[in-house]
Amino acid sequence: MSSAVSTRDMTVSFHEFKALNNVSVDVAEGESFGIVGESGSGKSTLLRAIAGLVPFQQGRLTVNGRDYSNRARDKDFYRTVQMVFQDPYGSLHPRQTVDRLLLEPLAIHGYTDVETRINRALDEVGLGSGFRFRYSHQLSGGQRQRIAIARALILEPKILLLDEPTSALDASIQAEILNLLEQARRDRNLTFIMVSHDLGVISHMCGRLAVMRQGEVVETVPVEALKRREFSAEYTRQLLVASEGFRRVG
Amino acid sequence: MMMGSVPPLLSVEDLRVTFPTRTGEVQAVRGVSFTLGRERLGIVGESGSGKSQTGRAIMGLTPGHARITAKTLSFGGRDLLTMPAGERRDLRGKRVAMILQDPKYSLNPVMTIGRQIVETLKTHEKVSATEARERALAMLEAVQIRDPQRVFNLYPHEVSGGMGQRAMIAMMLVCGPELLIADEPTSALDVTVQLEVLSILDKLVADRGMGLIFISHDLRLVSSFCDRVLVMYGGRIVEELPSANLADAQHPYTRGLLNCLPTIDSDRHPLPVLDRKPEWAL
Repeated sequence: MSSAVSTRDMTVSFHEFKALNNVSVDVAEGESFGIVGESGSGKSTLLRAIAGLVPFQQGRLTVNGRDYSNRARDKDFYRTVQMVFQDPYGSLHPRQTVDRLLLEPLAIHGYTDVETRINRALDEVGLGSGFRFRYSHQLSGGQRQRIAIARALILEPKILLLDEPTSALDASIQAEILNLLEQARRDRNLTFIMVSHDLGVISHMCGRLAVMRQGEVVETVPVEALKRREFSAEYTRQLLVASEGFRRVG
Repeated sequence: MMMGSVPPLLSVEDLRVTFPTRTGEVQAVRGVSFTLGRERLGIVGESGSGKSQTGRAIMGLTPGHARITAKTLSFGGRDLLTMPAGERRDLRGKRVAMILQDPKYSLNPVMTIGRQIVETLKTHEKVSATEARERALAMLEAVQIRDPQRVFNLYPHEVSGGMGQRAMIAMMLVCGPELLIADEPTSALDVTVQLEVLSILDKLVADRGMGLIFISHDLRLVSSFCDRVLVMYGGRIVEELPSANLADAQHPYTRGLLNCLPTIDSDRHPLPVLDRKPEWAL
């Protein structure tokens, strides 16, 4: 299977601080790959470096066989790779209607059949065209995240980068969004790279995951192995214990 | 819970919090009733369920334009609603304390952690500067801060989230309150830090015999921490459960909340989602 996204020794520094230190990951086409870690572990930085939102100083990045190491991302790249952010309150323009928000990527990429595409995108995320002329402040958190997903999917990308897509949502809404993402992945044969601090979410959504700490990948394990508790790093065990919730000692 | 003839620490009956808006009144809390002894009570619900407004009404932190009504809202036998503002202020921080969600926003950014703890102490007790300092340091040690002398002189932005939350717990417990309200005390923290902070909180609450109201959206967390859980939906309590019997939950909302979380050891695709019935909010 060919590799959809591959990084080799990627290093991102902010002044003296190394946010990513020689990170190498390989994500196969059609795979759902998870990244877990605490805040400051570099998991979001890795996604942002892949998306071109932060520059990386060293290493290589290959997306669908094309090298993006020292190159600005072109339109082609963004037609292949799209991103959904953590906070739907912050990632949608507050003065644009849903229609404008969804029109923007289509206009940039020169699509002409905008009408049908916008309606189809809204239907696909379960909102319907009734939401088309609303502003984001008129929507609930879950509805906003659906819009953000619609905006990412409207260009029919192959790879979706998901940065904590449900951590700002209530548990019941989280389930709906995760189901929506899985459905979209099945329908379109998408490749996911999903970042979360919640091991439960990652193991539900992904087939393989990388555990990150202090800018480095501690280990990469298949979710099946995680379920059988077969992993080597102590830090993975700590995360696993933490995800099982509070236990009173004694 | 043994209570005998001792009056409960807190009793709430038919509490309502109403916010006037341009489009009419919005009732955030609609008739909540419960009593609390020296026990750990959890309040669970999603955003907008009224769980935080319930906590704030007890604390007396409801915004001025809102209206609070209740048949009973009493703490230690005193009616909170008719109590003069000055007395209420004396109560707040001394006998009733509240831990908020995010230390980044709820600590004073231009005051050292030590001075903030000392300030709390001096507001409520007549203590000398040296004694206040000593008690603040002892309190920082009680929340398992390794180097209390150093942290005493740090500003909130100089410490991590977990450390900041411990400092807030120290500040809230330094006057020895009888009732502690913790509103999502660990939601802003990393998972591994959450457990540390929770076990510190757990130990202090047990050692000092406080009453605790633990407000959270996380049903599993709350039930592992508390003796009893109230589940809120649309401003009302829809179910009350002993934490041990969580599996026996009757209300479809509680059952839905329990079911919709993805876990490492389950494999359910798609995840069950809540089918919200309008009659739940009646």
